[in-house]
Amino acid sequence: MFGYIVRRLALMLVTLIGISIIIFVLLRVVPGNIVDILFDAAGFVDPADKANLEKELGLSDPIVVQYLHWIGGLLRGDLGYSYVSEKPALDEILPRIPITARLAGLALLFSASIGIPLGVISAVRQGTRLDYALRVVSLSGLSLPSFWLGLLILMASVSLFGSMPIFNPNPKTWTEAIAIYCVPAMAVGFRSAALTMRITRSSMLEILRQDYIRTARAKGASESSVNYRHALKNAILPVITVIGIEAAFLIGGLIVTETVFNIPASRGSWSRRCAGAIIRSCRTS
Amino acid sequence: MRSVKTLAVGVLAVLAAYDVSSAGEPKQGGILRIYHRDSPGSASIHEGATYSINVPFMPVYSNLVLFNQHIAQNSLDTIVPELAESWAWSSDNKTLTFKLRHDVKWHDGKPFTSADVKCTFDMLMGKSPQKFRQNPRKSWYELVDDVTTNGDYEASFNLKRPEPALLSLLASGYTPIYPCHVSPAEMRTKPIGTGPFKFVEFKANESIKLVKNPDYFKKGLPYLDGIEFTIIPNRSTAILGFVSGKFDMTFPTEVSIPLLKDVKAQAPNAVCVVEPNNVSTNIIVNSSSPPFDNIDIRRALALALDRKAFISIMFEGQGDIGGTMEPAPAGLWAMPKEMLESIPGYGPDINANREEARKLMQKAGYGPDKHLQIKVSTRNIPVYRDPAIILIDQIKSIYIDGELDVVDTAQWFPKVARKDYALGLNLTGNAVDDPDQSFYENYSCGSERNYTNYCNKDIEKLFDQQSAETDVNKRKKLVWEIDKKLQEDVARPIIFHSRTGTCWQPYVKNITIMSNSSYNGFRYEDVWLDK
Repeated sequence: MFGYIVRRLALMLVTLIGISIIIFVLLRVVPGNIVDILFDAAGFVDPADKANLEKELGLSDPIVVQYLHWIGGLLRGDLGYSYVSEKPALDEILPRIPITARLAGLALLFSASIGIPLGVISAVRQGTRLDYALRVVSLSGLSLPSFWLGLLILMASVSLFGSMPIFNPNPKTWTEAIAIYCVPAMAVGFRSAALTMRITRSSMLEILRQDYIRTARAKGASESSVNYRHALKNAILPVITVIGIEAAFLIGGLIVTETVFNIPASRGSWSRRCAGAIIRSCRTS
Repeated sequence: MRSVKTLAVGVLAVLAAYDVSSAGEPKQGGILRIYHRDSPGSASIHEGATYSINVPFMPVYSNLVLFNQHIAQNSLDTIVPELAESWAWSSDNKTLTFKLRHDVKWHDGKPFTSADVKCTFDMLMGKSPQKFRQNPRKSWYELVDDVTTNGDYEASFNLKRPEPALLSLLASGYTPIYPCHVSPAEMRTKPIGTGPFKFVEFKANESIKLVKNPDYFKKGLPYLDGIEFTIIPNRSTAILGFVSGKFDMTFPTEVSIPLLKDVKAQAPNAVCVVEPNNVSTNIIVNSSSPPFDNIDIRRALALALDRKAFISIMFEGQGDIGGTMEPAPAGLWAMPKEMLESIPGYGPDINANREEARKLMQKAGYGPDKHLQIKVSTRNIPVYRDPAIILIDQIKSIYIDGELDVVDTAQWFPKVARKDYALGLNLTGNAVDDPDQSFYENYSCGSERNYTNYCNKDIEKLFDQQSAETDVNKRKKLVWEIDKKLQEDVARPIIFHSRTGTCWQPYVKNITIMSNSSYNGFRYEDVWLDK
């Protein structure tokens, strides 16, 4: 057993090192570095100044040396220095993690609390108008990009209520506090809720055809007991697996939606640029 | 002529005064809330070349002199003293001396003296042991031999030869005075100035906060308690924020003409103005390698342009056609219309121009059966990308098939500096409406921002000649001649000069948007809120 654990831990270490190397190399291969971003603000590039700055930041060293510097710093808890804010990178990242975590948690909660009950209802009422309506809603949820839904929510909010729930670090009322987190969480969680609903529906339909469900009904169990105690309990496993996978996707989806709702969470200027590019390309395509 | 100009300035001053008085007695207090279009790289104006830095940080600093903040058209005649009490040129026009105010303190309480003036310009000229990380406007001071002080309250700029434009350069929002006792690195994150507002905090990608400076040397100012900028890069979110009343003002000159319609529809009470901003959209041609080393192909390119179509598609007709210098009436140095239309490609008959262009292309070996294939590189921002697409469409008519090559914004300047492009679409913003700034920066041999490496020694002599000319009318004629020659040489064909909008809520008073620069009008010392 001990040997097995050691082997698994060693394998994990090798995997982590492999992933870190791949990510490090990919980030170096992508055009542009911090020096380009710094010079972008100046509107021109003096090659000598650029070379000096690259040397100062160690960007002219061989990639292996750069990697060793980075991984050494990481092991010491030093994530580097932000040359935009002139602060340690960790000081920039740490305050933002709780905001993203809160949003992701709320989005997951929304996704589960909407997706699972609607999935059950849709399965139980299979073939009815309600089922068709819910399937249309879930299909639209899978098709709408979360940032677009976010923009629609903002526009509706401005025209209906004359205000908009964009981020405010110091909300004055509890309704404002709820709005600034819940609305973006709903925008992000809608797609996830649609997926959860569809998985719940198909899993429930499969379970509802099992012999033991027929037996439960034959024994005189009530419809709600059959659906929730017997069927859902067994249908929920694939749903939980999907929710787990969705948690990772939500972090990615949040970066784009955070831009629309102007939430200063885990995205920096680089991810803002990516988010902007995604929004623009979706608008023009 | 002089009296006409004086009269015009007088009328403008009266109009500005009328605007202030008609708004009622200024009220103290309140926070001005503005959204910011992006997160500025730093708080150090001297190290940036974007007005993303000027807008939030200009209120922190003071200049020696400044363009009057309530006259939209910046000119030598609208310059007013700020840290200086007065200024005087020597009889040979080679020394400019400033008498400085005695009652100015830095935000950290230390007194402001002439040593700070010397320090600032020594750093800008690269003569100081302290260095800026980037120094994009070093070329502005090429003609300054040195800056000397006489006691604590007098500073002189000693020039290699007369340069009347120096005063305009010193009056730009790009020319604040920095304190000697604060390092350039600190100025990037915690700027200390002498301006009407003190820096409180700058959270990258979040917000910038400024608070009233109670020790401001202009007594009774500023009226506001502070200014808060919320950084919202998503334009739709930002505009919705303004419409919903979360912001008192849009980011200056950032509302496009189509968006302006939306704003007016959703916030009919908002005050919106559309002004030219001295930003030209132009083509950068790599004339150092084929195919654009051939002057015929460059000329054909210039002849193919339908400038009105660009303006009509992008700005619903609200744009201007001109040369390098901003078109009149906002621009001070624009060529007369007849002169402009005599330049190849500027004539009104587009079909005739294109016919001539096709002949030039055929002479260079291209035609209906053999198109020239090129990439049109541009920055991945709508204001760059959209005209690039129109350009590709227009040059099809002269046997050039362009393919759009969008470049990540951080890669744009490195790519241009490497000359890694054949044809590019670029925007050039001018901080000061003065030929010295525009010509030397963009067309002078060896200048860092001369992206096309255009180098013409004969024109360079004319640059110097106009720069030293103290008679404005004579200088204007020289400038027109130079501008015409630059367009004929296809040095950097100018497509159009844009106009943009700015909106504010009706209770915001004393805002003036400059019409010949986007870099100089953000001191906000006498802006007030009528609520």
